Amino acid sequence: MLLGDVLVIDATDRLGWLAGRVLADLGADVIKIDGPGTDRTRPDWRAFNVNKRVLDTDPKNPAASKAELDALLAKADICLLTPSPDSDPALDPDDLRERYPRLIVVAITPFGRTGPRSGWRASDLEIMAAGGAMSMAGEPDGVPVRVSEPQSHSWAGAHAASGALVALFQRERTGQGDLVEVSAQSSVLIALSHAPAFYDLNGVVATRAGAFMTGRSIKGARYRVFWPCKDGWLNFIFYGGVAGRRTNEQLVAWMRERGAKLGPLASIDWARFDPTKADQAEVDALEAPAMKFFAGVTKREYLIEAHKREMLGYPVSTVADIVTDPQIEERGYFQKVAGSDETYCGSFAIIDGERPPLRHAAGTPLAQAQPIPRRAGSKP
Amino acid sequence: MSGVPQALDGLNVVEFGGYAAGPHIGKVLGNFGAKVVHVESSDRPDGFRLQYPPFAGNKPGLNRGGCFSFFNDSKYGVTIDVKKPEGLDLARRLINWSDLVVENMRPGVMERLGLGYAKLSEANPRLVMLSTCNMGQTGPRADTPGFGSQLSALAGFCGMTGHPDGPPQLLYGPYIDYIASTLGASAVLAALVNSKKTGKGSWIDLSQYESGLLFMGGALQEYFTTGHVPDRRGNDDDEAAPHGAFPCRGDEWVALSCWSDADFAALAGVLGNPRLATQAAFATADARRAHKEPLEELISTWTRERSAEAAAASLQEAGIAAYPVVTMAGLFSDPQLTARRQWRVRRHPEMGDQAYSFPGFDLQEAPGDIVGPAPCLGADNDFVFRDLVGLTDAEYESYQERGVFG
Repeated sequence: MLLGDVLVIDATDRLGWLAGRVLADLGADVIKIDGPGTDRTRPDWRAFNVNKRVLDTDPKNPAASKAELDALLAKADICLLTPSPDSDPALDPDDLRERYPRLIVVAITPFGRTGPRSGWRASDLEIMAAGGAMSMAGEPDGVPVRVSEPQSHSWAGAHAASGALVALFQRERTGQGDLVEVSAQSSVLIALSHAPAFYDLNGVVATRAGAFMTGRSIKGARYRVFWPCKDGWLNFIFYGGVAGRRTNEQLVAWMRERGAKLGPLASIDWARFDPTKADQAEVDALEAPAMKFFAGVTKREYLIEAHKREMLGYPVSTVADIVTDPQIEERGYFQKVAGSDETYCGSFAIIDGERPPLRHAAGTPLAQAQPIPRRAGSKP
Repeated sequence: MSGVPQALDGLNVVEFGGYAAGPHIGKVLGNFGAKVVHVESSDRPDGFRLQYPPFAGNKPGLNRGGCFSFFNDSKYGVTIDVKKPEGLDLARRLINWSDLVVENMRPGVMERLGLGYAKLSEANPRLVMLSTCNMGQTGPRADTPGFGSQLSALAGFCGMTGHPDGPPQLLYGPYIDYIASTLGASAVLAALVNSKKTGKGSWIDLSQYESGLLFMGGALQEYFTTGHVPDRRGNDDDEAAPHGAFPCRGDEWVALSCWSDADFAALAGVLGNPRLATQAAFATADARRAHKEPLEELISTWTRERSAEAAAASLQEAGIAAYPVVTMAGLFSDPQLTARRQWRVRRHPEMGDQAYSFPGFDLQEAPGDIVGPAPCLGADNDFVFRDLVGLTDAEYESYQERGVFG
């Protein structure tokens, strides 16, 4: 395991859970400090706290809890925190840095710990709004929306894991820890891809496009991206260029084999097709027969045919589609932990040909879990 | 650039590939002091250089693309013609200089070039290599090429965005690629730390699809534990009510949420109608959900008369979670991002000034920076091959004469 001799104390709330999960998946021994009253049946708690050992703090005996925590911090390499006004004063980031010079302290907050809005309250919704992501999702003339599966916590947690490991790399050279500061708002920005650059370079404000692709036709035509199919939705776009040519030709071939009515698709020379020059009436005319065809195709059929025919496009999956995807099954992405029936997302990467196995089921108490064997010669 | 040594000082990185998923990893490492070399060729420059706008001054050009520059600041740019045997030889010498190779070609391409991990690690056992692509290096659809924007649909994100009675929604750009690259940065750093300790490198197979699924973890776990298939639900939430975006003056929007009855009482006060909090229709979260429409109309009547900034400030003053729905223009004037120096302007030789985006984390004692603008195509051949790789003058000229820097 890559981080086999790294001990992580994870005292985060929802905003930071993924950080510890990522480090655990890379081999670190992650101890989750959990207060009383946490609902461990919540699916998100289980998803993002699997592979960690859990230490319950005892509110009736704060002195013993503090002593236990201090003992762990003294040997820990990384401490993950989501500081807020309600946080345990014993876990103040600056104080920990001072007390434990080798410790890497990671402070994850919605907006960072400095700046005029560092004290503002925010849940996933407000962080997605603050990071620009909501302005880019939804119908162009409708309400901005967030992804219904909260994302900002994951963006913050993934950045926190990277930051912790940048500091760990440095510590190998200097022997000194550092304080890693993570802003969830800033962490979301990468999800916008290059959209901010349009404004910076040319004053153009990119915005949400809904279910259609706009900005490709000089005549203002919009291209359909999501198509109703027999059991849900598909993603397909009449692209131009080399990739589009192959995809469009293969769609027509597939429709022909099925005896579908081709309409104007029959006579288009895809080598010359230029989506930038079509007006809306032309786009509607070529999309109409495809619309009828897709209405009779299932998502799984589309996944298989698109792959076989080297077409660009995927079904719009639900979680039920994903868990039965043969690609995912063959690579063993979903995993169980020995002794438990629950299935989880496995470690996110395959390392040297093997997906690192999950070691602890969600909620495994620290005392019950087998300690992780440490590499010979590493500190206790 | 900061005056203290950066955290990744001494780390040497080489990138083969292009677009988003590979280069974003190198950018982040470069921001914290790694020396990162982005390899292209004149025949096949990075696709982000020309295939997508924006271009500086709206004039397309190899060295004018904002899409490329946005993910390639703080790096050196070189060109190698790997179709020539001497080019492959030079690529190997560059890799031998490096600690980490990041590639996002289709599976098998590096191996066919003779640059697969097994061969490279023979010469450099400490080498870490990350290979990232749509589906991962193995499996029945490993050979699928594809765009991240469409892969975001396969991984469930588009289906989980939008209103339940409407179509799925696009997320801008290759959303899922950045999940893979952000997680990939952690994976390579873990492997590099391990390599320093053990002397043994690693090969990381990073599937963009699987990486994305980690960000769908809650929805997948819900399905595993209850069999329920979560669907898109606009801005609704199980706990908070109200929870959504509301229209403000001048086509602006503000996002706000109430997580308790006390939050709602505070909101009712801000709306100038404290009695709302005790009315049966709004007194509990369930009641507020059941009367969503009239409640949202009451809130919208108040927000429509205000700018998003003014609305958010008043709401926060009362202790309610709120923020303007920041637009792509608004990101550059947001007071919080400005205070954190989110955007750092660097002067590019052809594009002029551009604002580059700093990562979501920073180190207090060894802060990162945007070390320099993105490189022009092949701009650093001389420096990288002579000063970093250590070619002699004769070697350099010989490669040059044979057109290897093509």
